[in-house]
Amino acid sequence: MSNSQLNRLKDLAFKIFAIFCTSVGLIVLVVLLYVVISQGLSRIDWDFITNLPSRSAERSGIYTALFGMIWVLVLTILISFPVGVCAGIYLQEYGKKGFLTNFIEINISNLAGVPSIIYGILGLELFGRLLHLGNSILAGSLTLSLLILPLIIVSTREAVKAVPKSLREASYGLGATKWQTIWNVVLPSSFGGIMTGLILAISRAIGETAPLIVVGALVYVPFVPSSPMDEFTVLPSQIFNWVTRPQAGFVTNAAAAIIILLTFTFMMNGIAVIIRNRFNKKTKF
Amino acid sequence: MFKLEARNVNLYYGEKHALKNISIGIDPNTVTAFIGPSGCGKSTFLRCFNRMNDLIDNVKITGDILIDGKNVYKSKIDVDEHRKKIGMVFQKPNPFPKSIYENVIYGLRINGINNKQVLDETVERSLKQAALWEEVKDDLKKSALSLSGGQQQRLCIARAMAVEPSVILMDEPASALDPISTSKIEDLIYELKSKYTIVIVTHNMQQAARISDKTAFFYLGELIEYNQTATMFTNPDKEQTQNYITGRFG
Repeated sequence: MSNSQLNRLKDLAFKIFAIFCTSVGLIVLVVLLYVVISQGLSRIDWDFITNLPSRSAERSGIYTALFGMIWVLVLTILISFPVGVCAGIYLQEYGKKGFLTNFIEINISNLAGVPSIIYGILGLELFGRLLHLGNSILAGSLTLSLLILPLIIVSTREAVKAVPKSLREASYGLGATKWQTIWNVVLPSSFGGIMTGLILAISRAIGETAPLIVVGALVYVPFVPSSPMDEFTVLPSQIFNWVTRPQAGFVTNAAAAIIILLTFTFMMNGIAVIIRNRFNKKTKF
Repeated sequence: MFKLEARNVNLYYGEKHALKNISIGIDPNTVTAFIGPSGCGKSTFLRCFNRMNDLIDNVKITGDILIDGKNVYKSKIDVDEHRKKIGMVFQKPNPFPKSIYENVIYGLRINGINNKQVLDETVERSLKQAALWEEVKDDLKKSALSLSGGQQQRLCIARAMAVEPSVILMDEPASALDPISTSKIEDLIYELKSKYTIVIVTHNMQQAARISDKTAFFYLGELIEYNQTATMFTNPDKEQTQNYITGRFG
């Protein structure tokens, strides 16, 4: 066999290997979706969404969990978005390069990798006990905000960093101050990237159960929360609870709730993609 | 009095001594060309006049830079106020990802001017001065990024003129453009001379000869020679200038 034939063979072998690797991930996802949908799809109806939790599997619904989750998410966005974006801008635009900046930078990257249960314990102690927020929606949202802040900060920094120097210089050259340059040029140009980061962070927050359980998301909440100080439960906690029940009906409920949770997550990711494409088209440099 | 003046300017990038004891005086309503091989410090020196080097870390400047006799590094006005008096056009066209209209009035907007009539007039006047009005007058709402490279650069010139500076600094404004766009920019520079003091950095010797009144030749951070353009190109004092202009090095 000649050398070039051998090289072509290697090329083919690598291609097959790459296709195999790609399909592993896809197949797992397909199997998961198949199992969940075949079990739970028939259980989903309007009653399932609007019913309160109940001792009998057939009459249980996700109404409180769904609304608890929306409450928690909205509050988490309101808290983490401004703080995270401002922190990212500060670190990227104002922070002087030096020991302190490096130290903060490394720590933020590390924080993104801290197990979520640890944030739960921090949230319980800090918000639940020290600030006397108890097991309220606010305590849960603050905890989740801490959890996703590093993600938002890192993605904001990346988005801001990607704005070309020439655009900043154009703005400074016209006599703009630093803040005017950031507000009029840097932020509009990096908005797509910042939003993508935010939504991916939120998708992560949706899936988190551990920290909320530690903070005190209850499983049985017979009412829909009406203020940030109310007790609450969220969809993942509800799923976790149903899965642990021995009766078969609850497992079906769990599968149905998983479908709804997945739909929610996919929708969020879809929105992220749409926003990114739209802003990227508008701000090609 | 000189419009722009530099006295014994030294500039260091960290350890590197990038500009060595440069003194120069630039008369009002003239075009001055800075020429020299890459890395000779001509762009760096140009950026001293509107303090753009402030944006780079680790830069240290000594000496005096004066505009209308006022020291720009020591006067009490803020650097952004100072930059409003000096327009700058960069090597690569850098319009904002906004509409043509918004690009031109950016400098006015940041000054808090929102009067529709003033803005409209400024857009028309600036685009006419930049010889772009006829090409874009029906598409002012279109994105500036949809323009060609040459049009974008003229838009950047219009944007710089909209705030009515008295000086325009141009850092190789035609180096990324084709010959037709380049000649349009050159005609423009020639016309603008009556209203503005223009300093242009260029790698193109013919360009310097065509458009400038005076030429300054930089080499390795030093100002080698500064004289009337006609003299520089026909009968330079220094041998280095002669060699560079005739293409023997650089």
